[in-house]
Amino acid sequence: MFNLRKLWQHKGGLHLKDYHKDQSTQQPVRQLSAAKASELVIPLQQHAGHKPKIIVKAGDFVYKGQCLAKAEGRISVPVHASTSGTIQALEERPIAHPSGLNDLCVILMPDGQDNWGDQRLTPLENYAEASAEVLRERISQAGIVGLGGAVFPSAIKLAVPEPVQLTHLLINGAECEPYITCDDMLMRERASEIITGCLIMLRALHEHAPAQGLNCLIGIEDNKPQAIQAMQTAVQQAKDPRLKLVPVPTQYPTGGERQLIQILTGREVPSSGRPSDIGVLCHNVATARAIYQAVVLGQPLISRYVTVTGKGVAQPQNFEVEFGLSMHSLIQAAGGYTPKAQRLIMGGSMMGMALPTDQIPVVKATNCLWVSEQEAESPALPCIRCGRCAEACPVNLLPQQLYWHARARNLEKVEQYHLFDCIECGCCAYVCPSHIPLVDYYRYAKADIYAQAEAREKADLARERHDFHQERLERAKREKAEKLAKHKEAAQTKTRDAGNNDKQAAIQAALERAKAKKAQQAASAPLASEDKPA
Amino acid sequence: MIFGIKTSPYMHAPQSVGQVMAQVIYALLPGTLALLWFFGWGVVTNLLLSLGFAVLLEALMLKLRERPLLPFLTDYSAVVTGWLLAVALPPYSPWWLILIALMFAMVIGKHLYGGLGYNPFNPAMVGYAAVLVSFPIEMTSWPAPALTSIGALSLNETIQQVFLGGLSTWDGLTQATSLDTIKTHLRLGETVEQISQGAAFGWIGGQAWEWVSVAWLAGGLWLIYRKIISWHIPVALMAALAGMALVFWLINPDHYSSPLFHLMTGASILGAFFIATDPVSASTTPLGKLLYAGGIGCFTYIIRVWGSYPDAIAFAVLIMNMAVPLLDTYTQPRVYGTKGRFGS
Repeated sequence: MFNLRKLWQHKGGLHLKDYHKDQSTQQPVRQLSAAKASELVIPLQQHAGHKPKIIVKAGDFVYKGQCLAKAEGRISVPVHASTSGTIQALEERPIAHPSGLNDLCVILMPDGQDNWGDQRLTPLENYAEASAEVLRERISQAGIVGLGGAVFPSAIKLAVPEPVQLTHLLINGAECEPYITCDDMLMRERASEIITGCLIMLRALHEHAPAQGLNCLIGIEDNKPQAIQAMQTAVQQAKDPRLKLVPVPTQYPTGGERQLIQILTGREVPSSGRPSDIGVLCHNVATARAIYQAVVLGQPLISRYVTVTGKGVAQPQNFEVEFGLSMHSLIQAAGGYTPKAQRLIMGGSMMGMALPTDQIPVVKATNCLWVSEQEAESPALPCIRCGRCAEACPVNLLPQQLYWHARARNLEKVEQYHLFDCIECGCCAYVCPSHIPLVDYYRYAKADIYAQAEAREKADLARERHDFHQERLERAKREKAEKLAKHKEAAQTKTRDAGNNDKQAAIQAALERAKAKKAQQAASAPLASEDKPA
Repeated sequence: MIFGIKTSPYMHAPQSVGQVMAQVIYALLPGTLALLWFFGWGVVTNLLLSLGFAVLLEALMLKLRERPLLPFLTDYSAVVTGWLLAVALPPYSPWWLILIALMFAMVIGKHLYGGLGYNPFNPAMVGYAAVLVSFPIEMTSWPAPALTSIGALSLNETIQQVFLGGLSTWDGLTQATSLDTIKTHLRLGETVEQISQGAAFGWIGGQAWEWVSVAWLAGGLWLIYRKIISWHIPVALMAALAGMALVFWLINPDHYSSPLFHLMTGASILGAFFIATDPVSASTTPLGKLLYAGGIGCFTYIIRVWGSYPDAIAFAVLIMNMAVPLLDTYTQPRVYGTKGRFGS
């Protein structure tokens, strides 16, 4: 059934007994429209990069899909209205961040009409002939970002520098993290749309492809047989020899970009490089589908599949949610909380982010809401150096040495032990028999190093400013002194010249006066100032 | 609803230090039972005294260091240390010998360095080495297996020997171990083959010791199967020891014992699977583990053959413990996406 391919292995990782995925895949995906909501909160910063520039104001009426803020800066994408309605305010609201900090959001009051008006982008039916630039422009216009979690603008990822030749386009459908099933459901239900998205991306990359075209490998973990089945059917229907579906072994974190690249191609992305450095580009299945919607339907990115799961919700399931709806409304749609609900986590159980409240809007990065029950707490014991962390690390780090040096705040050593290659997958902390929150130490060390670098930069800047200020003062002083000296000299010369003339004149005059005195017996004194050298 | 904040990951493997140590204890059972079979009640008194002192001293030190008792007593690391010393010391050891060994192990070897996880030296071996150099007579009086096997010596006699000392028949019950015998008899100009006819020798290793070694091996293999220890240390230790023995045995079999003899006698197997694998004081990188254990194997052979002590696992382990920080630093594995140890 499948093209038999050699698969490589990434080191370490976890083989879990239960990935907790079944609970949320029992029902078909439900649509959750923003039109009926009383209020939508649409944050401006939903992607990695620069904040877009707001172009609407309070009181404006907007259509569904209308641009609310346009991209500004090199790495940026616009944000669109999820439904039609009136802009109520532009204000700071809580966003999906563990700090509970606020950020600028557009508050939209839906009119219930879900009216696209004339805001739909023109569908590009003949994408197979479109130029790469046109496709990238469309993908950027539609506000598409990587939906696997990184939310990096997709058009920029597709803009491969000129001399780079690619060999593979990898489509990531691994979805390795426990509890999350949104990509699984998307592949089951929207397989042909994903495949069309892949073909669009292949077109957008055709200038970088070898003569026979790119190898487009779709990697799906083998614990999703239904998704594999649906995708295989879609691949067969597409009849494109470049497309290949590759089931990969279920193992966390196979869905990590660098890990999937290693498994499918056997290549390693250089530590401080990008996948394109080794001829590979990797996009998520949900991103592929969003690209399909933008190019073929002319629809910007205003919704996504979101898993709502965990023992803390009554009816775990997946929704297609329009952005700006509150997480609270999403939980309500899933039957509300159960008495077991203890924690709200955006993402999965290994890398998700715990949120303080559910009054937070669903955004492009929201792949899963996991309402967990109380986990067993056990105090951290000292590290016994057992080395399980090193065995579990998919990047082949020595987590226990990193921990040791991070604890000692030996920042030079942690960098030497490749702290910045850590992907924070959590495997080490999961296996640690001493229950040490290892990843916290790495986050802390990274933040510390950033802070130090920033402080150093600031200090350098301050020193530079100080030096410049000092130099300016000195220059001013010097210039003043020079000027003064020049003036003095000029004055002296003038006086001297004047003095010389005056003296002679005075002598002459005196002689004349004497003569005159003698002659007339009358005297008149010369002006004192003229006589006095300056 | 307001939720608690925590950082990822939110899942944890159902595994704790206590569970790891408990499995080490289970794995020690077959070897301990074999010892009991061959050496009788003295193994039980060793074990009870050693475990009691270990836990008491651990609790006392935790109290002095103002550390919570419960989490550290239930990590069972003190029990493992006590157990290892109990099976390493000669059965029927006097109570004070065991106490001194445990004091060196728990107080100096472990807690003065900072307790669990912070000791650079294997605590059990610190205790063992301290009493070995201090009380050589007691430490080399191993009972003869044939005379002390279970039932041969009554419980009363055992208690008298352990607590009061000077059981009148005791001297007649001890016998030089096979490693000891080889050492002394080689000096008399006998060949290994002649020496091996002696009472202390069994089929391939020391009398009784070979079977105890097989039992340690069974427990050790189970630990590897359960992924409590990795294969690196036992394999490298045994390979280095057997490798060195092979070279010299091939050169002169009259003067050097066979590799199999070296593996199946003394504390080789116990050391390879249970002592050198103490994670705290061992190297942690794969290559580091191989070098560390290889070093132990080599030093064991060197001291056994050319040193003045019959067995040498304890000294070899302590010597290699000192090399661990260096080994760890220079054997970092290649990180994903980098070229080498410090390259990127």
